[in-house]
Amino acid sequence: MRVGVFICHCGSNIAGTVDVARAAAELRKVPGVAFATNYMYTCSEPGQEEIKQAIQREHLDRIVVAACSPRMHELTFRRTIEKAGLNRYFLEMANIREHISWVGLDKEANTNKAIETIKMAVAKVMQNRPLYSSSFKVNKRVLVIGGGVAGMQAALDCGDGGLEVVLVEKSPSVGGMMARLDKTFPTIDCSICILGPKMVDVAQHDKIKLYAYSEIEDIKGYVGNYQVKIRKKATYVDWIKCTGCGLCMEKCPSKNSYDYFNFGVAPTRAINIPFPQAIPKKAKIDPDFCRQFTKGKCGVCAKICPTGAIDYEMQDEIVTEDVGAIVVASGYGLIDMDKFPEYGAGRYPDVITGIQYERFLNASGPTEGHIVRPSDHAEPKTIVFVSCAGSRDKSLGIPYCSNFCCMYIAKQAILTKDHIPDSQSYVFYMDIRSPGKGYDEFTRRAQEDYGAKYVRGRVSRIYPKGKKMVVVGADTLLGTQVEVEADLVVLATAVTAAPGAAQLAEKLHISYDTFGFYVESHPKLRPVETNTSGVFLAGAAQGPKDIPASVGQGSAAAAKVLALFSKDMLESDPAVAKVNENTCVGCLKCKLTCPFGAIQEKELRGGKVVANVIETVCAGCGVCTSTCPCGAIQLSHFTDNQLLAEVNAICQK
Amino acid sequence: MAEKEYAYYAGCSLEGTAVEYDMSMKQVFKALGVKIREPDDWSCCGSTPAHTVDHVFAAALAARNLSIIEKMGTDTVTVPCPSCLTAFKKAHLGMTADESFMKEVNELLDEPYSGGVVPKSTLQVMLEDVGLDAIASKVTHALPGLVVAPYYGCILTRPPEIAQFDDPENPVSMDKILEAVGIKVADFAFKMECCGAAFGVPKRDMVNRLTNRVLSMALEAGANCIAVACPLCQQNLDLRQSQVNSSLGTSFNIPILYFSQIMGLTYGLSPKELGFDKLVVSADDVVRSRITIEELAKREAEAKEAEAVTKAAEKEKRAKAKEDIKTEET
Repeated sequence: MRVGVFICHCGSNIAGTVDVARAAAELRKVPGVAFATNYMYTCSEPGQEEIKQAIQREHLDRIVVAACSPRMHELTFRRTIEKAGLNRYFLEMANIREHISWVGLDKEANTNKAIETIKMAVAKVMQNRPLYSSSFKVNKRVLVIGGGVAGMQAALDCGDGGLEVVLVEKSPSVGGMMARLDKTFPTIDCSICILGPKMVDVAQHDKIKLYAYSEIEDIKGYVGNYQVKIRKKATYVDWIKCTGCGLCMEKCPSKNSYDYFNFGVAPTRAINIPFPQAIPKKAKIDPDFCRQFTKGKCGVCAKICPTGAIDYEMQDEIVTEDVGAIVVASGYGLIDMDKFPEYGAGRYPDVITGIQYERFLNASGPTEGHIVRPSDHAEPKTIVFVSCAGSRDKSLGIPYCSNFCCMYIAKQAILTKDHIPDSQSYVFYMDIRSPGKGYDEFTRRAQEDYGAKYVRGRVSRIYPKGKKMVVVGADTLLGTQVEVEADLVVLATAVTAAPGAAQLAEKLHISYDTFGFYVESHPKLRPVETNTSGVFLAGAAQGPKDIPASVGQGSAAAAKVLALFSKDMLESDPAVAKVNENTCVGCLKCKLTCPFGAIQEKELRGGKVVANVIETVCAGCGVCTSTCPCGAIQLSHFTDNQLLAEVNAICQK
Repeated sequence: MAEKEYAYYAGCSLEGTAVEYDMSMKQVFKALGVKIREPDDWSCCGSTPAHTVDHVFAAALAARNLSIIEKMGTDTVTVPCPSCLTAFKKAHLGMTADESFMKEVNELLDEPYSGGVVPKSTLQVMLEDVGLDAIASKVTHALPGLVVAPYYGCILTRPPEIAQFDDPENPVSMDKILEAVGIKVADFAFKMECCGAAFGVPKRDMVNRLTNRVLSMALEAGANCIAVACPLCQQNLDLRQSQVNSSLGTSFNIPILYFSQIMGLTYGLSPKELGFDKLVVSADDVVRSRITIEELAKREAEAKEAEAVTKAAEKEKRAKAKEDIKTEET
């Protein structure tokens, strides 16, 4: 066996605190090492060429690259040695940058540690076996979870690219949060006017299959071959028969149902179409409020429906769809007002949230675009906006910025002046965050052209006084306390992960952060990928995001899916678990511990039951290998012998 | 309720400025059949003057009392004054959570405290141990015209990790107890607003301004009386009411009663035993408005009857008017 060792300087990143020349000299003395050298940038083109030439010249059959983390360049060097005719698994990387040169300043100690680390890699590479990936067919259909603007963009781009799309939306209509907005910053164009056509496109696209009012029940499989169970929730209205005429909604006697679309700004009927532009424009019964369900008798809508679409007996239905990739665009949630006892915790009707105010501004909202105080429906003249209601507040467990509130407050202040010219807006803010294109000009316009008074400071409390709400806060620029007697107070409540985000992540086997937002594969270089191959992210499910960013990410995710599906066959990773059928006793403990459901029972000829790994499902995590009581299940490329060889190398003096 | 005996730590205020709190509290406990016993040889609770200087010393002052109570063989001390309560709770929680702190404090004491006494406010004992039903069952009298703004002050429920009782921003325990004895309670937004506390001495102007806010907000809420559970709140609102009037040109005349005094009135106790003569702003009108619940029921029945009569008369009038129109038409 002839091992070649290549030690990278990484400029001064490694060579600054590791004596790479001495390390190379030491490695030359190690049995099995036929060649050892150091090079300025091993990952550069000449650096890779050097490896290839050395393989030919020195007849090397195993390669160790001592450089950065394998997460960075393992794939690069695997390709290099493959081009030189070696199996790609005959490469080992010793991480002497992140693990050594970046963390210690003592050059002598660093060099010793680097030598030992490289010796470990040499020991391991000598135990390595050639591995070959098999290829499998890809199902070129894509599942998009969430029908907000990000999900719709991803679905439309995939559909236009010729892929079949399954779009699953939790609520009765697509549109998401954007459908609830009145205008959009910084152009003040009507939100539904730009979103509506997209919604119609989604409905009419011959490649997009829409499941509205449906949720993901279960996901099985792996990249290229997912089986998805979708729960179509009972609407109690046959959507094939329903024409969306709205007669039922007019006649429904249950007039005090909670309006989820309008965030409870005004009540709706128990049977309703959420908003005039809803896609699909179909009615749905809310059994929490419908008298047929709460009292056992009513039946008005069934009598009135001209097409006989009402079906009180309807049950949830589970359907299965096979897809090859998944785009998760499940959106965001908002913090509850009950987290703010100092602002009344939702007890005061005239303290509302930004999204509720949006519904008051909206021409198709419950007040037809007239701004009124919820308490007495009078037109408010003094309106106070409180930014960062929960955002950047560690005591509430939300240390992050909600991204778009500064901008929508400026927009709402501008629109308020448009609606009520003799009104005065106040904005209490911590910082004005407006780094987007045309954004800072926009917040300046709110102040300079629309006269919104911006007060830099926090609001300590809000209390009612007669018909007014008194807002008590600090003006930190003047160093004084401020009190504003307002008619209406709007809280820019913090963005949170969507309800149920964690459960969905667990079904998808993707990671989420402490706050429930989904984690991308790399914060800069892989912003729409997840660590589970075939699952991509779009929109605010990954973190608070405004419309342009969500649309951009939706398109990016679609591009990733199209790139993935440009191949007919995908290669599987051979570094997965493997069962030795001779030593397996068939206890199947591994099956219980496998988090991916990659292990199944297999009966051999003669009736012996053993574990069997589905290669394409296995993620190579190694949980099964530590579970197996008889060492029969081994992770290829990380076998016990390979790991022990490393341990031996480091223990020998 | 089991026959439990509570230790009752009155504290210094209740011997002086808040003697009516002490009198009424004891009377109400007696009426409810709650056994209380005062510890012998109690001393300062260790509040403001001590805890602003030295936390160990302050805890030692509190723990001296807790240790005496522990030896009395009771596991709960009920404390009317929120300041004493906070001092006790801080010492108790601090010592039981941290062994080294307990050792440090006990080194200053002749008799060590081992953490066996739970301090509770009188409000908490009323609400959680006695219960609203038992509180309501003793009512014999009503105060029909009275609308009370319940005022909790700053530290009765705060900080939440020390107080461990009721909501820190919107407490409701006193509201519930007053409602249980048949009192109309106003929706009062300044339940927790600052009364000015001990700043009455160094910064009288500021306290007058703060007190003014609380008093005017109570009127705004439609109240004609404020109920309190803290001697310092009572003092600032009651004793300083005339100062507010003279310095800010207002004309407040709002009686400031301890919640126990109001309870006592509804239990038919005499104003004298409840210490009504100790108040600065007279509550004579409140006392005079007191009637028995039988009388109240009678009045309500009469009012209902009168209403029915007027309604019937109105109905007749309307019917007649209709008929007149009809006859005119024909």
